[in-house]
Amino acid sequence: MTTMSMVKALNSGLRTVLEREPKALIMGEDVGRLGGVFRVTDGLEKDFGSDRVIDTPLAESGIIGTAIGLALRGYRPICEIQFDGFVYPAFDQLVSQLAKMPNRSGGRVRLPVVVRIPFGGGIGAIEHHSESPEAYFAHTAGLKVVACSNPNDAHWMIQQAAASDDPVIFFEPKRRYQAKAEVDTEKSSLGLHDAATVRSGSDATVIAYGPTVDVALHAAAAAAEEGRDLEVIDLRSLSPIDWEPLEASVRRTGRAVVVHEAPGSHGIGAEVAARLTEQCFYSLEAPVLRVTGYDVPYPASRLEEDYLPNLDRVLDAVDRSFEY
Amino acid sequence: MGDQPRPAKKTAKNRRKSASANEPEFVQLLNPGGQRVDHPDYALDLSDEEYRGLYRDLVITRELDAQGTALQRQGQLGLWPSLLGQEAAQVGSGRALREQDTVFPAYRELGVQWCRGIDLLSSFALFRGVDLGGRDVAADRFHMYSIVIASQTLHAAGYAMGVAKDGAVGSDEGEAVVVYHGDGATSEGDFNEALIWAGVFNAPLVLFCQNNQYAISETNARQFLVPPSQRAAGFGVPGILVDGNDVLATYAVTKSALDRARHGEGPSLIEAYTYRMQPHTTSDDATRYRDEAELDQWRAKDPILRYRTWLEAEGLAGGDYFAEIDAEADREVRKLRDRVISLTDPEVSEMFDSVYAEPVPQLAAQRAEAVAFRASLDEGSES
Repeated sequence: MTTMSMVKALNSGLRTVLEREPKALIMGEDVGRLGGVFRVTDGLEKDFGSDRVIDTPLAESGIIGTAIGLALRGYRPICEIQFDGFVYPAFDQLVSQLAKMPNRSGGRVRLPVVVRIPFGGGIGAIEHHSESPEAYFAHTAGLKVVACSNPNDAHWMIQQAAASDDPVIFFEPKRRYQAKAEVDTEKSSLGLHDAATVRSGSDATVIAYGPTVDVALHAAAAAAEEGRDLEVIDLRSLSPIDWEPLEASVRRTGRAVVVHEAPGSHGIGAEVAARLTEQCFYSLEAPVLRVTGYDVPYPASRLEEDYLPNLDRVLDAVDRSFEY
Repeated sequence: MGDQPRPAKKTAKNRRKSASANEPEFVQLLNPGGQRVDHPDYALDLSDEEYRGLYRDLVITRELDAQGTALQRQGQLGLWPSLLGQEAAQVGSGRALREQDTVFPAYRELGVQWCRGIDLLSSFALFRGVDLGGRDVAADRFHMYSIVIASQTLHAAGYAMGVAKDGAVGSDEGEAVVVYHGDGATSEGDFNEALIWAGVFNAPLVLFCQNNQYAISETNARQFLVPPSQRAAGFGVPGILVDGNDVLATYAVTKSALDRARHGEGPSLIEAYTYRMQPHTTSDDATRYRDEAELDQWRAKDPILRYRTWLEAEGLAGGDYFAEIDAEADREVRKLRDRVISLTDPEVSEMFDSVYAEPVPQLAAQRAEAVAFRASLDEGSES
């Protein structure tokens, strides 16, 4: 066990990948000499060379498109998109090429490409630097989509994503980048697509991923002081979703609240609510509720505290759930 | 007889600088009248057999393509994008490829596929709708058709970067990569990004633009002010304009660009100036945007006619040979046609089977549901 920030945990995970997998490459804007704008790739170019840690031209479609070509040649690229709001120029290459080409080939082509995307708000950033675009990708067959919420998961999930033969969109909650926690560098107990119960409880289930896991845990701590025992589940994988622990939890608690930063309508929370309603209908004491960003473009940063789900909004939703 | 070079005959008539006033100045080795013209940068080193082989490729490509159109008209294919008129661009470049080279096509490259010696059925299966065009692309060194315009240029650039990383360039045995695209593709961001990537990473890539004058209905005037072959210079990449209806010229310029790439000297762009004699696809109506007079002008520049004229004049081939090739083309067409119409519809389950390398539980459940539902309908219709 060692204590480190998520940035350091990702860095050590990527370092392990580069050491063990000779075909692994890191590519993106400023990932080389600078070490990435968040320093996730700090020192990797120095140690592995610019042939494996590649500063690319400033063009996101080019990053993903050439990563596909490199994968067709047998390489295993790990791409960085610098910020969530900069991924859209690569949309065709992600959604129509990376996601669909293996299927188009009848399974003869595999594209082991990881696309890392720092996502979410709460850092006082200017426009296009605080978005949560995960639903676009979770809605796309052929992609797998995950989000880490803590350093230990970051360390292991990035390695598991790099080992996957499927394309993985890897979301990193940038407001949690510097928070430190323990990392078990010896072994991981979870698979890439496993959900994790991060707090056990019996009264209601709060489901979150990425940056909102920490929000949910704080809400659960506050609720405990009021005598409510909340279970918190970290989805970790958004596509596919690991339904079994969610359904088992909701069958026990009878109540569920889903929390994410992305706008609520048509989001991950909507899918979770629909599925839990289908599978756990007779166990539910209340409808599955959502605490999410509003259906507006991400606001100017002075308003983001009002936009983002926070402890009070989560507790308010739990209260409403108990009113049924 | 034999393999000695066949230079152009020195007559006043066939001196370089070609044809009609509406043609740009391009590399041309055989003019529309079927006369050889010399070019200072491009010599030919083909054997007589290879010269005849190009004719065979041109004719068979044209006949197979015509069968694509026929099969669509007969309801056997959902769509067919004809290459009529572009045979020389595809056969010349396709025959310039070496065994170790890799092709990224757009979606009209039947002639290149033929030259690579790959089973053509996959392209017909795609347009019949029985699958999505999957093949063993690694073994074929010919990747899948790419329908989203210019998307494949980046795949080719990345693949070529990988070739360079593998150290597979720098000698005569080096690998080169060629990507096919059209004039419309040059307006896409991906095309421009591919040129930047290939340039700054010195990738062994040849971008082969078949400028067939039309992006569906839009002419070159809506795609660029500066033609692609000239724009390449802005990316630090050599650009070559070639008569796309001249199989000898497309062969020569492609071979030269591929050799440059395989020796590690970097990417090039070839603009093959040609013409799409058919509508964009069988779903298009070209009479809405162009007239017969224009088609007549291009008929006069037909790539096969001029080549046949030259072969005859050189004494390389005659009536018997041409008849033999026609018969072979007919056999190829029949063989392909029989196989295409015997392609059966896929099983319902197939749509689920190749989405992921590592299975997903939801898909397994949906697959079982879809299969069971289909079976219940089939039972219902039998009773």
